[in-house]
Formats: sequence, structure tokens, C-alpha cells
Amino acid sequence: MLLEVNNLHVSYGAIRALAGISFTLNKGEIVALIGANGAGKSTTLCTISGLIKPAQGSIMFKNMDLVKMPPHKIVNLGISQVPEGRRVFPDMTVLENLEMGAYTRKNRSEIKESLKNVFQRFPRLEERKHQLAGTLSGGEQQMLAMGRALMSKPEVMLLDEPSMGLAPMLVKEIFEIIKDINRSGTTILLVEQNAHMALSIAHRAYVLETGEIALSGRAEELANNEQVRKAYLGED
Amino acid sequence: MSAFLESILDPYYIQVLTLLGVYIIAALGLNLITGVTGMFSFGHAAYFAVGAYGAAILTVKYQFPFYGALLAGGIMAALAAVIIGFPALRLTGDYLGIVTLGFGEIIRVVFLNLDITGGALGLAGIAKESSIVLVYTLVLVTIYVMYALQNSRFGRALVAIREDDIAAEAMGINISAYKIKAFAIGCFFAGVAGALYAHLLLFLNPTDFGFAKSFEFLCFVVLGGLGSIPGVILGTSVLTLAPEFLRSLSDYRMLIYGALMVLMMIFRPNGLLGGVDLQRLVFKNKYKSQAGRSTAAGG
Repeated sequence: MLLEVNNLHVSYGAIRALAGISFTLNKGEIVALIGANGAGKSTTLCTISGLIKPAQGSIMFKNMDLVKMPPHKIVNLGISQVPEGRRVFPDMTVLENLEMGAYTRKNRSEIKESLKNVFQRFPRLEERKHQLAGTLSGGEQQMLAMGRALMSKPEVMLLDEPSMGLAPMLVKEIFEIIKDINRSGTTILLVEQNAHMALSIAHRAYVLETGEIALSGRAEELANNEQVRKAYLGED
Repeated sequence: MSAFLESILDPYYIQVLTLLGVYIIAALGLNLITGVTGMFSFGHAAYFAVGAYGAAILTVKYQFPFYGALLAGGIMAALAAVIIGFPALRLTGDYLGIVTLGFGEIIRVVFLNLDITGGALGLAGIAKESSIVLVYTLVLVTIYVMYALQNSRFGRALVAIREDDIAAEAMGINISAYKIKAFAIGCFFAGVAGALYAHLLLFLNPTDFGFAKSFEFLCFVVLGGLGSIPGVILGTSVLTLAPEFLRSLSDYRMLIYGALMVLMMIFRPNGLLGGVDLQRLVFKNKYKSQAGRSTAAGG
């Protein structure tokens, strides 16, 4: 087990976002967290990456509790987040954005190697490496955000709504890339509203409902589950 | 060198130009805080005052050597920035602006009520030490330091914080530590500038360091172009020299000064040299064809 979330409670003031969720992430897996708006999916990711502090619970990664750590230490441990809405640095060039992703690393030749890998995976980014990130299309910005996260050479990548605001064709392309990143050895925790796409590439999945885990299991099982089909796959 | 300049230039111009140099140093400090890191500070004059009073008290009352006092002024301002920064820099945007404004006023009122600063009577009897040559040497040093900072790992982290603090944090940047450091460095330069100011004007009065002065510094930076070093120098020059050259128009000069500001904001809303990065200008020409092609491709 690579990452273990245990009884996690998070509140925003009086509003309870997570009411004691527990789940695990094994090495080499793609795990999807699916659920409706406000179910607590993004909150879960931000709590793992340290941007939000939980009221209660633990997040164990390689026998260390991430709850007590500031975000920059968590990145150092090998957990990298692709935030919701991409959040690229708009007035920096594509190349500068990618360099920011390697901020915690010191070895220049290794950083160069990672940059080469990212460009191999996203040739479009190399074509536009001197363009300002704010002028990229949505799909390109998503690629950039993912490339930026890869620059820290993460063991675990946290992906928040990669399909948001993208055309269906591009969504397919992005999910192919996610699968490919996973095949080359990165464990992925994926948060998605697009349950259909998420379940098609994930190994396992958890269904979040108002801050609690309602269902969990293998992705194919969930995709065939009557309840899930009704609630999240738009079938009746 | 100073003697040579004094023989060919009117002492009035020398005074104005020296003061301009002092303001450039302070404005470059504020540029690191507001322009590069994106933290709005409405209290820059307070750190300028800490440097001015700190250095002047050391030379007048404790017979400190001037250069030691200059450095001490900067360090005292940086310390004040760290003390105030710890609680204040948890805030962002408008809220940070309001808090820095409040702290700025507190520092001014403290100087108004302390015995050692001479209170409302002001602090007099300061020796004239800030020559035009010294001030402009320090301007060059400041420009060099700021340029090196902005183009370092540290500088890029500050820009990342300005552009998107959440993404910067997710990239592994310890944003509170970087914000405090940037604030302290920016205020250090305000302190040094203050020390030079004290030994140029030879008399300090707390009313000179109020909100109006802070606002003036902010105007230098915003009108020149946030984050642009040449822009800040240009903005400071225009806004410092314009009132002096308009002096012959007496009562109308502030009117023209105001109109100038409005016009600049209409025609150059990002500041005179806002968004102009000399490096990137060269860069852009080099990659123009490529960029043009990719924009056309869209997607």
C-alpha cells in the first residue's frame, strides 16, 4: 500500500466537506474518486497535497503522516498535484511553467531528462515552449499542467478534473495520456465528474456522496453497478 | 566627482536629482514586493522612515560612522518588515493592503511620540553625507541586485506566487517563507533609501512619512509598470521630476500632475513600461515566426 487515507474529516468553517473517509492507493494503480458537485472530491485531493488541513484523520504515505506536513515537503516526498482548472502560470512561457514544476529538484541534468520526457509525451508543448501559457487553448493548458506535475518526477500524481471544459475528442486524448503516464510507473489518484471516462481507465474507484464514501470496488464492477449507472452514467 | 558635478550643475538640480536617486532605490524595493511578488503594500513609507530615523539617530546621538548607519538603517527596516510581515502576510489582496496601511500609520505615530525621534519637533542636526555620486552608486548596486534576484530561482518563485499562489504552493514553493523574504528584502532597500534621505535633507519630521508618501511610492511603481525595473526607474523619474519642472506653473502643477496620471492610466494601463521585458522583447523577435504559427493553429 502506497497511500492510506484514514477517517479523514475536513470542514470549511461550519460546513462539513468530508465526514470521515478512508481509502487506499496501491503502487501502480489508477484509482478514481467519482461523485457529484460538492461531494468532497477536490477537498480530498487538496488535503492529501497539504493545501487544506483536516480536522481529524491521517494520511499515511510510506509510513509518514502527511497531515502534519506543509505542502512543499509533500511535493518533495513525490506527490504532485494537477490542480482543478489547470492553474498554469499565465504570464510565464510554457518552458518556464515546466521549470517551475521541477522547483524542488536540484540536479540539472536530471531535470533536463524530465523535460525531454515531457516534450516526448506532449510534442505540442515543445512546439510552443516560448509561448505564454495564458495564450494556450484549454487542452494545451491541461497538458501543460500535467507536464508541470510530471517535472517533479512524482511517485503519485493527483489529478483534479482533467476533463473539465474540454471537447470530447480532447478528453479522450487526455485520458489516453493519463493511462500512458500510469503505464510508465506513476500511481494516479484521479478525481472526475465524468464518471464514464474515469471508470474506463481506472483500476479501482470510490464513489463519494456528501463527504462520505458510498460505494467502492473495481472499476468494471462499478461501471456495471445499477446504482452507479443511474446516478452517474446518466442511464435509466 | 561630486565637486565636478557641483561646479557645472545648479545646487538645486543636484538636490532634486539626488532625491530622485533615493526614491528610485525605495521604489525598486517596493517593486520587488508589489510588482514581482504581487503583495500590495500601502505602508512603504513606514519602512523608509524606520531607515531614516534609525540611521539618523545612530549618527546624531551615537556618533556612528555614516556607512555603518546606512547599513543599520536597512537592517532595521528589514527587521520591522519581518515582525509585521509574520501576521500581515497571511492576508492577500485588498486585506493585505489595508493592514499594511494600518501598520504604516502605527509606525508614523510611534515616531511622533517617541522622545528619541524628537517627536513632532522633528529630528535636526543631521550631517550631510549623501552625495549624488554615492546615491547613484547605490542606485546601480540596487538595480544589479534586483536584476539578479528577479532572474534567480528565488525570483521565479516570487513570480509564480504572484501569478497563482495555489499552483505555486502545489509546485512545492514554501509561499509564506518566500513572501516574508521578499518583503524583508524590499523593505531593506526602503530602509537604506531612508537613511540616504535623512542625510540628504538633514531634517526629519514624522509627517513626511505618512500615507501620502507610501501612496507616492506605489504610484512610482504602478505608473512605471509593475515588475519592470526600467519601468520603475522611468515612473519614479517622471513623477519626481514633473512637479519640480512644473513649479513655474505654481498652483496648476498638481492639477497637471493629476491629469498626467489619469492620461497614463488610460493609455498605458499596465504602466509606462508595463509588460515590457527587455529580455523577452529580444526573445519574442527570435521566436516570432514560431509563435505566429502556433497561434494560428489554435486548438
